[in-house]
Amino acid sequence: MTVVAQERPFFDWSWVVRNVDQIWEQTLEHLSLTGFALGVGLVISILLAVLALTRPRTYEPIASVSGLLYTIPSLAVFALVAPIVGIGTFAEKFVTAEVALVSYTLLILVRNIVTGLRGVPAETKEAAVGMGYTPGQVLRQIEMPLALPVIVAGVRIATVTVVGLVTVTSLLGLGGLGFFILNGLRKSIIFPTEIIVGVLLSVLLAALLDVGLLWLGRRLAPWAKART
Amino acid sequence: MIRLEGVTKTFPGMIRPAVDHLDLSVSEGELVTLVGPSGCGKTTTLKMINRIIEPTSGRILIHGEDAMSMQAYQLRRRIGYVIQQIGLFPHRTVAENIATVPELLEWERDRIDVRVTELVDLVGLEQSMLDRYPSELSGGQQQRVGVARALAADPPIMLMDEPFGAVDPIVRGRLQEELLALHRRLGKTIVFVTHDIDEALYLGTKVAILNIGGILEQFDTPAEILSDPASEFVANFLGGERGLKRLALLPVSEVELSEGPVVDIGASAEDAREVMRRHGVDWVGLLDGGRIKGWVYESDLDGRPLEELEAKDFLVSLTPDSSLRQALDAVVTSHARVGVIADEGRYLGMIDLESIAERITE
Repeated sequence: MTVVAQERPFFDWSWVVRNVDQIWEQTLEHLSLTGFALGVGLVISILLAVLALTRPRTYEPIASVSGLLYTIPSLAVFALVAPIVGIGTFAEKFVTAEVALVSYTLLILVRNIVTGLRGVPAETKEAAVGMGYTPGQVLRQIEMPLALPVIVAGVRIATVTVVGLVTVTSLLGLGGLGFFILNGLRKSIIFPTEIIVGVLLSVLLAALLDVGLLWLGRRLAPWAKART
Repeated sequence: MIRLEGVTKTFPGMIRPAVDHLDLSVSEGELVTLVGPSGCGKTTTLKMINRIIEPTSGRILIHGEDAMSMQAYQLRRRIGYVIQQIGLFPHRTVAENIATVPELLEWERDRIDVRVTELVDLVGLEQSMLDRYPSELSGGQQQRVGVARALAADPPIMLMDEPFGAVDPIVRGRLQEELLALHRRLGKTIVFVTHDIDEALYLGTKVAILNIGGILEQFDTPAEILSDPASEFVANFLGGERGLKRLALLPVSEVELSEGPVVDIGASAEDAREVMRRHGVDWVGLLDGGRIKGWVYESDLDGRPLEELEAKDFLVSLTPDSSLRQALDAVVTSHARVGVIADEGRYLGMIDLESIAERITE
């Protein structure tokens, strides 16, 4: 065992070169799993947030349930959902994974969207109504854009969380960068290179997406910067 | 133009109505101010006109049409709305803010651009401000944008809810003057809410004084309200100095001016002394071809021709548009106890304490 370990360096660059295609493929899959979860999570969260604000009584239950979902360990969520949805086909695995991922975005996203929408000044809304905006127009053209900085802040946290969680979905047999971590661990002799590649790329992906969203948020809300 | 018929508003959970069977009729082109203590329902009344608040009972007619018969948002696009907190959209530039209602009405791009440029001039802003965000403007500038935004689609009616309440007194005075000028120029029908009786009397062509619970105490011209308050409440609400407040509403052109002790600079010293004797004063105003040049004491007459004498300036000069209150101020602060009236330099005459007092006791 020690002999083999000496033969193989701690980090085997040649492995990376040989597997560059697969690394790229798994990175893309990681991204699409993340993106899908965030997209669905955002749509559900917006609906829940609007519901919570228009029917104030619903806010408590929505907040508690999404908070509860957040506290369940990710492995447990997969274990709970898998028997219901199944993990036979790719589609089943995908749904199982996404149900878990989406449920993790809800707490952060709902809370930020509600906070963002609540932060829109009453006089701005009154002026909008008084000018003749319909209720839908007030939400889409006034409240949502004004809540955007707070919503983007939530999306950034949710993104970083989901990128980390997607590494776990490979347990279900899905791709993503967790595939390398799992592979490295499963070898009869632990292969650090594969684990490092999986971990580093996952961290890098999270950081890049975070910075990208920060930039996007500033682009979409130039007025927020002007306010000093 | 706007008719309120028996309008009542009782808010949920309240026993007493905020507005109680209010009848009010605003004719076209009028600037009606709604004024009263807090709790008098003035803002509620205003907001019922554009249905931000829905009346509990009664009818509101706009151009003879029942306000409840149309979609609220369509009604609002035809009524300009300005609020105290201004409520500009922080995420939109000045130009985009002003373009709000034309955008809602789906005007063509070119027409909107032309209109925005026009409005910026109208409310006294700079074209260079169009691309700024509201947070980059001062309070007074923001309220000008608010007024421009309300005027954008050229609505025949404007509702203004204490629009100048949050700006400092100097800016407020200027904005008030500008509003009067705009009203004269555009002939809009304006309903203006304020808690400041002086503002209400200064701006309103008619003033509605409301009591707690939305009871209309008096609805009349400012002059009529000041000279003949309909109730004790109104008299108390008007406060002290009612005489002075009335004077503030009357222009100098309302009183007959006296010619005053004046001589042309071509006249002789003897003529000047004669004028002073006739008026019983020790000074004389000097006219230079119809323009007022200043004045001299009798003791200044030293034999030189009048035109070579050094004339002292009158401290305050009034125009026919000045208020009698300003005239009174000029009279009591001047050495000679008179106010000099001139129109762009052309001498019109003098006003004294007696003629002002006469006008007010009428």
